[in-house]
Amino acid sequence: MSEEVLQQAAPGLIPGSGTARAAKPTRLSPSFISWLQAGPMMLVFLAFFLIPLVFVVIVSFWDYNEYQLLPAFSGRGYTDTFEGCIAQLPELCTIAKTYLKTLKLCFLVWAITLFIGFWVAYFLAFHVKSKTWQMGLSLLCTIPFWTSNVIRMIAWIPLLGRNGLVNTGLMKTGLINHPVEWLLFSEFSVVLALVHLFTFFMVVPIFNSMVRIDKSLIEAAYDAGASGFQTLVNVIIPLAKPGIVIGSIFVITIVMGDFITIGVMGGQQIAAAGKIIETRVNALQFPAAAANAVILLAITFLIITMMSRIVDIKKEL
Amino acid sequence: MTETTRKTGVSRRTLLKGTAGLAGLAAGSGAITGFPYVKSADAKVLRYLGTAVNEGDDIAKQCLKDTGIKIEYITATTDDVTKRVMTQPNSFDVLDTEYFSLKKLVPSGNILALDAKKIKEFGNITPVFTKGETPGGKKIGGQGTAPWKVLYLEGKDSKKFATSATEFVTLIPTVYNADTLGIRPDLIKRPITTWAELLNPEFKGKASILNIPSIGIMDAAMVVEASGKYKYADKGNMTKEEIDLTMKVMTEAKKAGQFRAFWKDFNESVNLMASGETVIQSMWSPAVTKVRSMGIPCTFQPLKEGYRSWASGFCVSKGVSGAKLEWAYEFVNWFLSGFAGAYLNRQGYYSAVLSTAKAHMEPYEWAYWMEGKPAEKDIKAPDGSLLEKAGAVRDGGSYEDRMGGVACWNAVMDENDYMVRKWNEFIAA
Repeated sequence: MSEEVLQQAAPGLIPGSGTARAAKPTRLSPSFISWLQAGPMMLVFLAFFLIPLVFVVIVSFWDYNEYQLLPAFSGRGYTDTFEGCIAQLPELCTIAKTYLKTLKLCFLVWAITLFIGFWVAYFLAFHVKSKTWQMGLSLLCTIPFWTSNVIRMIAWIPLLGRNGLVNTGLMKTGLINHPVEWLLFSEFSVVLALVHLFTFFMVVPIFNSMVRIDKSLIEAAYDAGASGFQTLVNVIIPLAKPGIVIGSIFVITIVMGDFITIGVMGGQQIAAAGKIIETRVNALQFPAAAANAVILLAITFLIITMMSRIVDIKKEL
Repeated sequence: MTETTRKTGVSRRTLLKGTAGLAGLAAGSGAITGFPYVKSADAKVLRYLGTAVNEGDDIAKQCLKDTGIKIEYITATTDDVTKRVMTQPNSFDVLDTEYFSLKKLVPSGNILALDAKKIKEFGNITPVFTKGETPGGKKIGGQGTAPWKVLYLEGKDSKKFATSATEFVTLIPTVYNADTLGIRPDLIKRPITTWAELLNPEFKGKASILNIPSIGIMDAAMVVEASGKYKYADKGNMTKEEIDLTMKVMTEAKKAGQFRAFWKDFNESVNLMASGETVIQSMWSPAVTKVRSMGIPCTFQPLKEGYRSWASGFCVSKGVSGAKLEWAYEFVNWFLSGFAGAYLNRQGYYSAVLSTAKAHMEPYEWAYWMEGKPAEKDIKAPDGSLLEKAGAVRDGGSYEDRMGGVACWNAVMDENDYMVRKWNEFIAA
């Protein structure tokens, strides 16, 4: 293979290669070249994602004790996870409750980041005329990432806490008599922190889709008598769909697996799919953790498949 | 042309071989001193895996000065330390871990028991570890994984704990403490005397416990027992029914909004308490000290049901042998020789060999930390910052009173797997 690469680069270099070969430098088929180009990434993907993933699936079917993995087939990781799901009916079992909660948080964060992200991207793409300003303002969106995750979350306490800035402010203006408790360590604070973190992941792909919309299309819509709203719904949103879907995939996959932000902002009192895995890993129950990881992966995969049904990203790109 | 190529190839390979050999020779003989790896091969280096509790920079510096052993800290959380021993036993030399982890570590065969005869001060280790009583003769509560239950192994490579003293020691004890609830006396404004107060509706939305299942459930059990709901045969080794009962009590409290947040990390507990988000919570001694040093009143409240205790010590990785093993012994012996013990005592922990630590402390420090007497002078932390003004008395009093009041120890239960599942259910409730 290396010889062929060399050949491609400089056909005359290899000793002994005749003039016949040199005369046909385009011997490699285009499809082979594209395989070569995709090859390195594929290998990395294979070695560091697919193979470990296969291991996770295998280990999820192993047994375990307090201190080691027992490589014998066992469905214990799964049966333990779904413990009580039928026996406790109509009450929900732990895993169902956890996933309902995770999906709820995920939906809220997705809806809010989409709404905010869409309008920020809209503003950047259509109202900011100069490229420099567009760049500068997009960079501003990265500010939440300038500090570490942990510091950022600790910083919410003085703001939202019982004696925090918001509560003190509200009490001084006389709007409330007692500090509002749901500002911190609640679903509200979890959603707030996640939105604050991940809106950026919506802005970038949507903005990217929007700047590629041909301005003459919008002019044509205007000329044909469409109102601003009609242009938005019939021209801009359909053309920004790939960006919306890519942004949604980013946000949904991150939130589905998150346990750090949900843990810290939820005061460790809110269940999350990622949290179950963390607790299991910390207790050295790797097969159970792996089983939960497989379940999480399957559910996330399902959501993404559903989304790509709505928009064919490959076609749109 | 092909011939030439081959010739060049051969000669290049020979050249490379020769150079590598020379370089190796030079490195081996010590002729090249610029290479960092040559240096470290000569220096005595021990990779020290543990939580941050013992890992003071001052301890490492003093150790290098006294023994020439360079300590490289590998810091991880309690859970991650255990995970690392299981999965990468060759990634460390000396292990600093808690006794309750031994139920997982010893059967894994990844750690090496140390020889008691080679530990100079072994005979002087506090009877808390060897007999389960204080130096003054007070019997200590043994529920949970009490150190004396898991201190000895039956043989060098045995995976069974011995019931009586042998020369093979699982962990050479270093540091331990008695934990209880921390409270904000300025916000509670009345005396707190029992663990049951943690679930008192008076503190709705202002209480917290640890989110480390194996420790959190012990605190929960103290509360359940204190409120008179149930009496456990062994809080540290519950049956499935007992776990269900304990988690039911906690779940009801959680649903009623009793807890503000659960904490997992030292700084989280300090933040919760200092900001007034919580007024009563399970806590660690230095965290209370930290809140107090911020000028905020905080008490490590002794309670009538007693303390939940923990202890940690040293062992080595099974991969350690030869000269390195000797350095490990040298290091452990140095650790017990006083400097480190005094350093730990000044943080509010307790050292395993009291006599040597005492020799390294000022009499007024010893009187404050260990004898429960009012401080004659200002009490300073190891880094020189002011901890307590003169006249202050340590919460809980003397060593005898605090260690003598221990009711149970951090533990890994036989039903650990079930407990972890129930803990997840509790979080999801």
